Amino acid sequence: MKIKLNIWKQANAKAKGKFEKYELDGVDAEMSFIEMLDYLNEKLIKEGKEPVAFEHDCHEAICGCCSLYINGHPHGPGSETATCQVHMRSFKDGATITVEPWRAKSFPVLKDLMVDRNAFDKIMTAGGFVSIDAGQAPDANANLVGKIDADKAFEAAACIGCGACVAACKNSSATLFVAAKVSQLALLPQGKVEAKRRALNMVAKMDELGFGSCTNTGACEAECPKGIGIDFIAKLNREYLCASFSEAE
Amino acid sequence: MSKLDAKIPEGPLAEKWSKYKATMKLVSPNNRKKLDIIVVGTGIAGAPAAASLAEMGYNVKVFCFQDSARRAHSVAAQGGINASRNNKNDGDSVYRLFYDMIKGGDYRAREANVYRAAEVSSDIIDQLTAQGVPFAREYGGTLANRTFGGVQVSRTNYAQGQTGQQVLLGGYSALKRQIALGKAQMFSRQQMLDVVIVDGKARGIITRNLITGEMERHAAHAVVLATGGYGTIYYLSTLAVQSNGSAAMQAFKKGAFFGNPSFIQIHPTCIPVLNEYQSKLTLMSESLRNDGRIWVPKAEGDKRRPNEIQDEERDYFLERRYPAFGNLVPRDVASRAAKERCDNGYGVGKTGLAVYLDFRDAVKKQGVKVIKGKYGNLFAMYEKITGENPYETPMMIYPAGHYTMGGLWVDYNLMTTIPGLFAIGEANFSEHGANRLGASALMQGAGDGYFIAPYTVSNYLADEITNKVPSTDSPEFVEAENNVKATLDKFLSIKGTQTASSFHKRLGHIMWTYAGMQRNEDGLKKALVEIADLKKEFWSDLIIPGTASEINQELEKATRVADFIDLATLIVTDALNRKESCGAHFREESRSESGEAMRIDDKYSFVAAWEYQGEDKEPKLHKEDLKFENVEVKVRSYK
Ligand SMILES: Cc1cc2nc3c(=O)[nH]c(=O)nc-3n(C[C@H](O)[C@H](O)[C@H](O)COP(=O)(O)OP(=O)(O)OC[C@H]3O[C@@H](n4cnc5c(N)ncnc54)[C@H](O)[C@@H]3O)c2cc1C
Ligand code: SF4
Ligand code: FES
Repeated sequence: MKIKLNIWKQANAKAKGKFEKYELDGVDAEMSFIEMLDYLNEKLIKEGKEPVAFEHDCHEAICGCCSLYINGHPHGPGSETATCQVHMRSFKDGATITVEPWRAKSFPVLKDLMVDRNAFDKIMTAGGFVSIDAGQAPDANANLVGKIDADKAFEAAACIGCGACVAACKNSSATLFVAAKVSQLALLPQGKVEAKRRALNMVAKMDELGFGSCTNTGACEAECPKGIGIDFIAKLNREYLCASFSEAE
Repeated sequence: MSKLDAKIPEGPLAEKWSKYKATMKLVSPNNRKKLDIIVVGTGIAGAPAAASLAEMGYNVKVFCFQDSARRAHSVAAQGGINASRNNKNDGDSVYRLFYDMIKGGDYRAREANVYRAAEVSSDIIDQLTAQGVPFAREYGGTLANRTFGGVQVSRTNYAQGQTGQQVLLGGYSALKRQIALGKAQMFSRQQMLDVVIVDGKARGIITRNLITGEMERHAAHAVVLATGGYGTIYYLSTLAVQSNGSAAMQAFKKGAFFGNPSFIQIHPTCIPVLNEYQSKLTLMSESLRNDGRIWVPKAEGDKRRPNEIQDEERDYFLERRYPAFGNLVPRDVASRAAKERCDNGYGVGKTGLAVYLDFRDAVKKQGVKVIKGKYGNLFAMYEKITGENPYETPMMIYPAGHYTMGGLWVDYNLMTTIPGLFAIGEANFSEHGANRLGASALMQGAGDGYFIAPYTVSNYLADEITNKVPSTDSPEFVEAENNVKATLDKFLSIKGTQTASSFHKRLGHIMWTYAGMQRNEDGLKKALVEIADLKKEFWSDLIIPGTASEINQELEKATRVADFIDLATLIVTDALNRKESCGAHFREESRSESGEAMRIDDKYSFVAAWEYQGEDKEPKLHKEDLKFENVEVKVRSYK
């Protein structure tokens, strides 16, 4: 295959970026998108040019490193697919492909296609945990967890923290990410004790970090590589409201 | 050759750990806040260790090279985590788990450590559950369990095919809590480039900030390495592309012994290489072998589509060779059998380097729905990568590098031969002997992190209370930083023509050919020569664009590849020295009449611990003799 690439290049966080055009011949349809970029980079380096900086690690849609905005979609074509699972067979020979970083105020570009997603870590620090020390835990079967709740909690817990939901949202809201964690823990007896505090603190942190508010467009759900549904946003809203009321009491 | 002291406590096996814990030195809560600990790595070993030590009151600094602690490669573990809880009332016990691991490891692991790992396994599940890890549950609300290869009980806890993600996020959340409380400090996007030794003790590390390129010096009373495995030595493996052996090599070059470097597990069921630019292989969980049947055509070079090949024209070679265990033989056995078929021309697919894993009979018997319930996410992952639907067409699989049983040699305290330098998780030479059983790596890493290192590190620190952390301006720190800087400058000044990845790929090829699933003396000797040549070429023809004072992914790769090259030599040296076959280490010269692996217990019942002797010098071998007092050493047979 032969393809044309339109890739965002930006030297560092402060620099002004711009699109750079590349033509690439000899692309194999079996290559993954990442392997195609590796192939491009090998070529650029040998020609004495700057390679394109981008992130990837597991190549199995589980670590959440990869984060490319391909032809207007976070993680490119295909539903429930992370960038590292996109293969070149999804594109036509001769296609022009535009590749950008996540665009969101709270995810500043570090270089080319790499962004800083530290804000997600900060939201987690604000309350994405259960307060239990090593050695304090009761028997895992002491608190029974019904299969339905366990499965639902797992569904929410499958979030890989990639940030595609933020990149997909016109308001750059992190609500789906927060909803996933708040719901997972609120569904389980172990997480219920701190559920209120958690919902309030995580939402407050999200707002503080400059993420926009949720206007229920559902764009996040459509692009989430793990199929995290917006029903969890409804659950977050309930948890949050309930927590706010009891706070006010 | 000197003998190594593993510091195994006296007393009966089942009482060693509890008695030892009861007599360990303690640090009072008041003194803990005066003591600093560095933990490098945030996987299933590092995150829990950092969190647990911080919970106790120590000041903990945690490092990882990814942008977030949550991305450590533990996140990719699929199948499950073992615990001897006897949940199924099927006769499981701590002893049985211990026994299975000792046997599975082909009698090359240390009894006391393995027993302790089994002993704390149940507490791990309690801890993770309390953190909100959504393990699979039965309708009644109790934990669900599944069975893994090489054992006869159901002791594996799981969260669909994403167990690693869930247990890692449990550890990550515990760490987040300590960060929130100000007891732990996170340094992400930092690459450790050296250990600093002051007065013979590990006292800190040198790191490079991967965003600014700046060098940083960090000092502490103790350093814990939880930096993972080095299966990426083969270039193509099931590990993340950035997984590496650098931290272990830095420690090795500073005097820490390296244990059994050549013990590397090759996993039988991975998606085969699809194109020459491939940079990673994807694991298909071992659990698939419960229902999938492995076969190749009986006729050499048969190029028909698999569904056109009738049963009588198929060779179900595992069922044929190992009637008792069939498709569920341990990983090393399954991998070698597949390679044997492919080497003899019976392999399938474009490259001939693949065998079929067929679900036709299982789908017929159990229906699509049941199969989907069990393996849905794996089948979907397979289809995404290959474009083929495994419900209709058999999967194609081939073995790939997966897990390193070898690693930094540690004593019972998980301390390396450098005082104050600990190694936990996959980074140490661990409890898996020459072959790891499924679902026991998460168990070991989490056990090290939550329940073992917190005690043993404290025991060490008890003697450090009055010692101040050295200044990062002390000569040892300055010298270490200067050395690291000089190496980076050297990389950048070569200005050759070949990229770091291209060297890695070639190194991987050498290692896979000569030090992969099958090894022999001639091949290994050839490998030593080829690695040495590659090393020369690397240091004279490497190209890295850009500078060291910015984000430079090529520079990061080069540092890893340089260490891989030296590690490769160490692996081959170890493989040459061990002239027996054991577990994953198969020496062609040492097999039984029927072609199976043959251990030589009277000569090789030891851990090989290698000591660095200087650049390009042959390392010195130390032996830790293994004593088996609680199990009878037998031939592993799966016929
Ligand atoms: C695909 C796959 C599936 C698996 N499935 C299972 C399973 O089902 N059950 C099971 O028990 N085991 C499984 N394993 C094995 C198991 O996942 C690993 O052995 C285990 O997770 C390793 O954990 P760790 O904490 O030692 O290292 P890792 O999780 O690899 O973490 C390494 C950490 O060290 C950091 N690090 C490394 N080098 C440096 C450096 N120089 N500077 C700074 N930081 C550094 C990294 O950033 C990372 O945080 C699987 C492995 C793979 C690859
Ligand atoms: S909710 Fe989905 S899109 Fe958002 S971070 Fe999690 S996995 Fe990524
Ligand atoms: S590289 Fe890990 S999710 Fe894509």
